[in-house]
Amino acid sequence: MAKSFSVRSQPGFVFVALLCFFLLYLPIATLVFYAFNAGVSVAVWEGFSLRWFQSAMNNSEVQEATLRSVFIAVTAAFLSTIAATMAALATTRTPDYPGLTFKYAFINQPLMVPEIVTAVALLIVFSRIKVWTGYSGIGYLLAAHTAFCIPFAYLPIRARLENMDLTLERAAADLYATPWNTFKRVTLPLLWPGILAGFMLAFVISLDDVVITEFVKSGGQETLPTYMLGQLRRVVTPEINAISTVFLAISILFVTIFFFLNRKKV
Amino acid sequence: MATAGEIALAAVKRDIRNRWLLSVPALVIIALAAIGPLFVMLLYSFMVKGDYGDVKFGQFSFDGWFNVFFTRDIFDDTLTFADAHLSILWRSISLSLITTVTTLFFGFPTAYFIATRPQHQRDTWLFVVTIPFWTNILIRTFAMQEVLRNEGIINSALRAMHIIDSPIQIMFTNWAVLFGMVYVYLPLMVLPLYASMEKIDFRLVEAGYDLYATRLQVLRRIIIPLVKPGIIAGSILVFIPSLGAYVTPRVLGGGKSMMLGNLIELQFGQGRDWPLGAALSITLMVVVTLALLVYVRNASRGGGGHG
Repeated sequence: MAKSFSVRSQPGFVFVALLCFFLLYLPIATLVFYAFNAGVSVAVWEGFSLRWFQSAMNNSEVQEATLRSVFIAVTAAFLSTIAATMAALATTRTPDYPGLTFKYAFINQPLMVPEIVTAVALLIVFSRIKVWTGYSGIGYLLAAHTAFCIPFAYLPIRARLENMDLTLERAAADLYATPWNTFKRVTLPLLWPGILAGFMLAFVISLDDVVITEFVKSGGQETLPTYMLGQLRRVVTPEINAISTVFLAISILFVTIFFFLNRKKV
Repeated sequence: MATAGEIALAAVKRDIRNRWLLSVPALVIIALAAIGPLFVMLLYSFMVKGDYGDVKFGQFSFDGWFNVFFTRDIFDDTLTFADAHLSILWRSISLSLITTVTTLFFGFPTAYFIATRPQHQRDTWLFVVTIPFWTNILIRTFAMQEVLRNEGIINSALRAMHIIDSPIQIMFTNWAVLFGMVYVYLPLMVLPLYASMEKIDFRLVEAGYDLYATRLQVLRRIIIPLVKPGIIAGSILVFIPSLGAYVTPRVLGGGKSMMLGNLIELQFGQGRDWPLGAALSITLMVVVTLALLVYVRNASRGGGGHG
């Protein structure tokens, strides 16, 4: 053979792979490109401008929806991370005990059910509670988001714990540290990157949610994604592109941080 | 007097009790805002529908389930199959299957490409695949809409090349939903495929070539059997969310190309038939659970068979 023979290559694979990368980014790139369009169209380029970013920033509906999204995401991520950290401490570094498998299944259950099914079930239950109690505040959204964020927060925390052995904790106990002190001075500092990664994952998942929020929200409780979903029904202006672009930038930032947090080993 | 054994046993019991106490918050939140409501929904599927949505609480009937499969003619009470529901169910299943096969077709070479890069480049390529995955599904669907619209990239390009004169209508067809789902779920196929390809022992491939195998034979007889667990995992990860897709068919398919998720939504909106919506949701959940069971059975068998 004239060319050197590579056992790893397969005919056409590189072409399809590069095509795939191209196709994955082409729609997103177009979306971002037209966010900077000076004209009102999302298909005809009329020159560079930041006007749509400005108009999105001055749009009071967008402002409100953004604040609500961030409030829900921070609260849900905070609560679910605490619950997930406790659950991870309870389910790792132990010989099997009665109920352990049950706990795994229970905690991961929200991942196994299609979102639309959970959304509809929550709609049914919450609307009944609304009738009984008369309360229709943001608590329902917080409860729903906290619940579906728990398995996501749990994943990196559990992974981190499983890489930590009990030697240091035992040493602390041998030196007469109380269990609480051991946790505060030994376990928690070691576990911290996992907890942070769990929090960020939960935050992004909550911020991204469309389906469950769409069904659970009461009137006047639009989040940024449900606001955008509503806008897509109308005539689309590059304002939606501008919002998407900012959203995209924030997601990429978070994923990058998460990527680096998770890569460092104990 | 307690013996050493009894003291140790008491310590183990205390440890297990503490572990249950620690799990309480997570278990309670999930029970109240995820699992519990599913049981309430099951109950609702057996109730009489209310006149303006909701149900007549406490009055039971099988109408919800009956209406999933049959329609009763208003005039002469004859029974017919609920064609609309069955065709939407069929569309959901077939589109999800085609999506799975298409993502496998594109995802397999992509994952293989990443897995055969030098070690230090792989993380970067993986990162490149992961970014669209973490982008909001709504944004990705919207981006796809810009490609498929009558004034979108595809139609503009075809017109610029004078292949067509008037735009091809892609939006609001099954094609639009298919393209959208393939685009949205492709990373879910690539990631598990990569995870199993990374572990391929290329000495086996070399041995294949030494024995005069062609590239196609190596692919079919060595590589594909080795990455079978990844193929199954990827297929399940794509098939399940496709089946329950809601955002993508709503934006790209509209009212013309509905899927099960949209049919369910309809019952809680204009349809005002909550028991039917609940029954449809449970049907969807059962299909998904069956798919998961097939996966678990295959995974455990595959693990034992190939070591």
